[in-house]
Amino acid sequence: MIDVIAFYLFATVVIAAGVMVIASRNPVHSVLWLILAFFSAAGLFVLLGAEFIAMILLIVYVGAVAVLFLFVVMMLDINFSELRGGFLKYLPIGATIGLILLAELVLIVGTWQSAPGSGEAVSAPTPPLLEQDNTSALGALIYTDYIYAFQAAGLILLVAMIGAIVLTHRSRPGIKRQVIADQVSRRREDAFEIKKVETGEGI
Amino acid sequence: MDSGVYQIFRDLWLVDLILGWLPEWAIYGSWIILLILAIVLPLLLAVAFSVYFDRKIWAAMQMRRGPNVVGPFGLLQSFADGLKLFLKETIIPSGANKGIFILAPMITFTLALIAWAVIPWDLGLVLSDINVGILYIFAISSLGVYGIIMSGWASNSRYAFLGSLRSAAQMVSYEVSIGFVLITLLVKVGSLNLTDIVLAQSGGFWNWHFIFWFPMFVIFFISALAETNRPPFDLPEAEAELVAGYQVEYSSMAFALFFLGEYANILLMCALMAILFFGGWYAPFAFLEFIPGPLWLIAKISFFFFVFAWVKASVPRYRYDQLMRLGWKVFLPLSLFAVMAYSGILVAMGKV
Repeated sequence: MIDVIAFYLFATVVIAAGVMVIASRNPVHSVLWLILAFFSAAGLFVLLGAEFIAMILLIVYVGAVAVLFLFVVMMLDINFSELRGGFLKYLPIGATIGLILLAELVLIVGTWQSAPGSGEAVSAPTPPLLEQDNTSALGALIYTDYIYAFQAAGLILLVAMIGAIVLTHRSRPGIKRQVIADQVSRRREDAFEIKKVETGEGI
Repeated sequence: MDSGVYQIFRDLWLVDLILGWLPEWAIYGSWIILLILAIVLPLLLAVAFSVYFDRKIWAAMQMRRGPNVVGPFGLLQSFADGLKLFLKETIIPSGANKGIFILAPMITFTLALIAWAVIPWDLGLVLSDINVGILYIFAISSLGVYGIIMSGWASNSRYAFLGSLRSAAQMVSYEVSIGFVLITLLVKVGSLNLTDIVLAQSGGFWNWHFIFWFPMFVIFFISALAETNRPPFDLPEAEAELVAGYQVEYSSMAFALFFLGEYANILLMCALMAILFFGGWYAPFAFLEFIPGPLWLIAKISFFFFVFAWVKASVPRYRYDQLMRLGWKVFLPLSLFAVMAYSGILVAMGKV
């Protein structure tokens, strides 16, 4: 009873927030609605009994990715009236792309077929919830059977990260940098010199 | 919470008298609400007194007297301040984004409170004993950025925006090293449940994690300071440069909610340190076990809060680029290395 109510609550919020992401005029509001959608999706994962995925969704997407989104969007200098002026101009191409995507989705969903026996294959590695919680079940699966896929995904992310740094990094000549090691290793003997100054004479 | 305790509650004649006419799920719901109140009300009281405690310690270190006028020893100072804030007018700047401006302090306050749902006060004495407890706290504390970032943006003020950007960058960077520190512990404990983490430290203080994980504890403590925007990392509200950062446009209860949320978060970090590294509800010696567990946890939280206040009074504020350097160039590589080192040592010792 309670879980049914919770499911419909979360599902409604996900869909409503998703609609508001594209409907709200202010891009910052859009990102905030997106965060609400992520949050409710995490709630749906909890209802499915996948609490590890739910928490990771919150930590990774809401806690890090959406913060960066919000950063970028807040910094944008957008003229809203100008933005809305182009609406009619871009309507045909936007509508065409939307229709193509819709047709593809309908085709995929309409012809969806599960391979015979795939049901058992999917459910086989999952032990009952009471024997093993899904965190350790997931870990046992990822680090054994799917270790290569897991490592490959990590490498792809690493390459993307290095690529982004290489593309945006400019080395400008002639800037002064703070070198902490130099500051720490500086001793009194390097900086001070005590001289005996005779009266009436300079150094 | 154990179902046995609920059964005792259910069998009370007073409960039958007041709630007897309700359906069974509503009675269970009121039991849960009762438990929530049993956590939240003492917590808010503790927040009020910890503000007083903080100011007293700070004053003592500067050889001042601190608050000493309202009530005996100034104990009621926080309540006087709260009442004053409550009676003030809530000002919403005309250029502000109204909805988000009001929502931001509420989010900060709510997130600071809901994290306490998984803190175990004693064996079985926990509101929600979920098996991803530590991840839940981690997720909630990473959501805490939004209260600050939203308030800064919605205020439509340069100081507030700069403060919130600083704060968001700071919290995101230090969360990474906190995460790695947690991994070094979890490798040994083998569970994300907070009760299991405390149970792994039973039997005297030499079994507490802070001995073997002392370097990790230091990193965690410093990251916790940065995560809660406490001095020396209080750059988001650096009053010398940013007036008060993201709180600059807030007045009255909205400001009070930020304040309460901030202190509730500090207490949460203290509780987390007690649970992860200092044995949670356990007594340090067997002969002290007659003192109930919750009191031990509260004593440890108070001790860490004292250390937080101590640091605040004695350390100068970091510069922003130094803060980022410490987070990304010192703590991140160090904790990443520690994950490998600790897992390697534990595997070699056969403790995993």
